[in-house]
Amino acid sequence: MAFLDNLINGISLGSIYAVIALGYTLVYGIAKMLNFAHGDVIMVGGYVVFTAMVDWGMNSWLSVGLAIVACTVLGITIEKVAYKPLRKATSLSVLITAIGMSYFLQNMALLIFGEKPKTFTSVINIPKISLFDGKVVIKGETTAAIIVSIVIVVCLSLFVNHTQKGRAMLAVSEDKDAAQLMGINVNSTISLTFAIGSGLAAVAGVLLCSSYPTLSNTTGAMPGIKAFVAAVFGGIGSIPGAMIGGILIGVIEILGRAYISPQLSDAIVFAVLILVLMIKPTGILGKKINEKV
Amino acid sequence: MKKKISPMTRKSFVTYGLLLIVFIAVEIMMNTGNISSMLKGLLVPVCVYSILAVSLNLTVGILGELSLGQAGFMCIGAYSSAIFSNLVKDTITQPLIRFPLAIIIGGICAALFGILIGIPVLRLRGDYLAIVTLAFGEIIKNVFAALYIGYDSTGLHFSLKSQGDLGLGADGKMIINGALGISGTPNDSTFEIAAAILFITLIIAYNFVNSRTGRAVMSIRDNRIAAESVGINITKYKLITFGLTAFLAGVAGVLYSHNFYSLQASKFDYNMSILVLVFVVLGGIGSIRGSVIAAVVLTMLPEYLRSINNYRMLFYAVILIVMMICTSNATIRNFFVHNFEKLKGLIFKNKSKTVKEAE
Repeated sequence: MAFLDNLINGISLGSIYAVIALGYTLVYGIAKMLNFAHGDVIMVGGYVVFTAMVDWGMNSWLSVGLAIVACTVLGITIEKVAYKPLRKATSLSVLITAIGMSYFLQNMALLIFGEKPKTFTSVINIPKISLFDGKVVIKGETTAAIIVSIVIVVCLSLFVNHTQKGRAMLAVSEDKDAAQLMGINVNSTISLTFAIGSGLAAVAGVLLCSSYPTLSNTTGAMPGIKAFVAAVFGGIGSIPGAMIGGILIGVIEILGRAYISPQLSDAIVFAVLILVLMIKPTGILGKKINEKV
Repeated sequence: MKKKISPMTRKSFVTYGLLLIVFIAVEIMMNTGNISSMLKGLLVPVCVYSILAVSLNLTVGILGELSLGQAGFMCIGAYSSAIFSNLVKDTITQPLIRFPLAIIIGGICAALFGILIGIPVLRLRGDYLAIVTLAFGEIIKNVFAALYIGYDSTGLHFSLKSQGDLGLGADGKMIINGALGISGTPNDSTFEIAAAILFITLIIAYNFVNSRTGRAVMSIRDNRIAAESVGINITKYKLITFGLTAFLAGVAGVLYSHNFYSLQASKFDYNMSILVLVFVVLGGIGSIRGSVIAAVVLTMLPEYLRSINNYRMLFYAVILIVMMICTSNATIRNFFVHNFEKLKGLIFKNKSKTVKEAE
C-alpha cells in the first residue's frame, strides 16, 4: 500500500506542478521567453494569503481571492517594467533580466518577511477519503490539488481555443507580426498572458503551501524550476502537455524520494530533464519548429 | 619605425599592468603591516571571484550563451582537489608541490564534467541551455551533499547513504562527511598563488578571444547559421569554450576550498552562480577587464559597508535588471550614448570624434 500512497502523493504534487507549468508554457509560447520570476510569484501568492489570514484575520476564500488579484497585478507589472522594454533585445538579455526579477522578488520577500520560515495553515477543508479500510488515506489537500488542476486545464483549453482573446493568444504565439497585421493588439495580448499565468501561480502557491506548509522566500524557486522541467517534458507551448508533464514529474520525484534516495530526488528530476532534452527536445506533445534563415 | 600594436594587445597589456600595480601595492602593504585583517581575509576570495567572472564571461560574452552552472563546476574543482590534498597531505608535505597538483586535478575534473555535460546540452540554446546548466549545478550540489567518502588501510570507501554505511576500519578517516562537507583541507591558498592564477587566467582569456578559435566562437554568437555555412563546427567550438569555462571555474574552486579549513557543498548554490553573473553583467558582457573590476568592487564593497549588507542581494537584482534594460533597449541606450558623447566633447574639445570605440 505504501506504493499506492506514494503514487497518490506524486499525482498530488504533480497537479501543483502542472498548474505552475501552465504559466511557463503560456508565457513561453507567446513571449518566447523563460519567465524565471514565475516561481517567485508563487511565493508572493503564499505570503499574501498568509498575511491576509493571520495578520488581517480574513477568511480563507477571501484571502485566496486577494492573492490571485495581487499576483495578477504583480505579473502585469513585471511584464511592463522589466520585459516590455526588451521586446526586441537578444534572448540573453531577456533571460538575465528575468533572473534579476526572480532574485529581486526573493530578496524583497526576505527583507519584508524575514528569514524565519512561516508555518502556513491549510486553507482547504475537504474531508479525508479512506480507501481499503483506512490503509490508504487521501488527504483533502490532495483531492483539492487534483480537482483544481483538472478544472484549470479544461477551462484554459476552452478559453484558448474557443474565445476571441484566446485565439488572439494563439495567433501571437504563431507569428507576432502577422497577428499585428490582423488587428490583434500584441502588447495587450502579452499582458493578458502574463496576467493569466500569474493568477495561476497564486492558485499554485495556495495549493503548494497547503500541502507543504513551510513558507519562506525561496519556497517558489525549486517548484518553479521543476515545473519548468514539467513544461519542457510535456512539450513547451502545449496546455495538455503541461498537465501530463507536471504529473509525471511529480510522480517521478516522490517515487525517487521514496525508493532511491531522499537527498537525490531533485537530482533525479533534473536528470529527467537532461534525458528528455537529449532524446526528444520538443517534449511529449510539443511541435517541432524548423528554423528559418 | 614604430611597430603598430593591435588594440586588443594594448587592451590586454593595460589589464596586466593594472593587475601588477595592484598586486605590488598589496604586497607592500602586507610586508609593511599596513593591512587590516579584514582586507587580508578578502584577498583570496577576490581573486577567486575574479577568475570565476572571467571564466563565465567566456561563455556569456564570447559564446553568447548563459550558463548558470558556474557554482557546480566550482564545486567539482573544490571537492576533487580537496579529496586529493587530504589524501596526500601526509605524504607530500611541501605545499608548493601539492597545491599545483591539486589545481591541475581540480581544473581537469571540472573540465571533464563540463565537456561531459556539454555534449548533450550544447545542442540546446538560450533558455534551455540556461535551465539545464542550472539543473546540473543543483545535481552536483545535491550529490556532493549526500556523498560520504572515507579511507582506511584497505583503500577508499564511498557511500551515498551514511557514515556507518562506509564500513571503515579502525584506522579509517573521513574525507567527505555528507552534508557536513569536507574538513581538514590544508590551507594552501595564498594571495600570491591566487594572484598568479588570476594573471594566468587573464592571459588565457585574452589569448583565447584573440585567437582563431575565439573568432570562430564569436562568429557563432553573432550569427550561428552564417557561421555554420562557412564551415565552422559549432559543437566543437561550443565545447571548447564550455570546457575552458568549466576548467577555470574548477581552478577557482580549488583556490576556494584550500582557503577554508572546512567546506560544505551547500556553499555552491544557485546564489553563487547568480553572484558571478552579476559580476559579468556589471563589468560589461564580453569585457574581461570589466569582469575583474566588477568582481573586486562587489566583493569588497559589502564588507566595508556593513550597514547595507541586508540590501546587498536586492542591489544585485536591480543591477541585473537595470543594466540589461539600459544596454539592450535602443531608446535608452541611444540616450546614454548621445549624452556621453556630448560630455566627452565638452571635456576633450572635439577630440572625441577620433576616439571611436566600437564594442
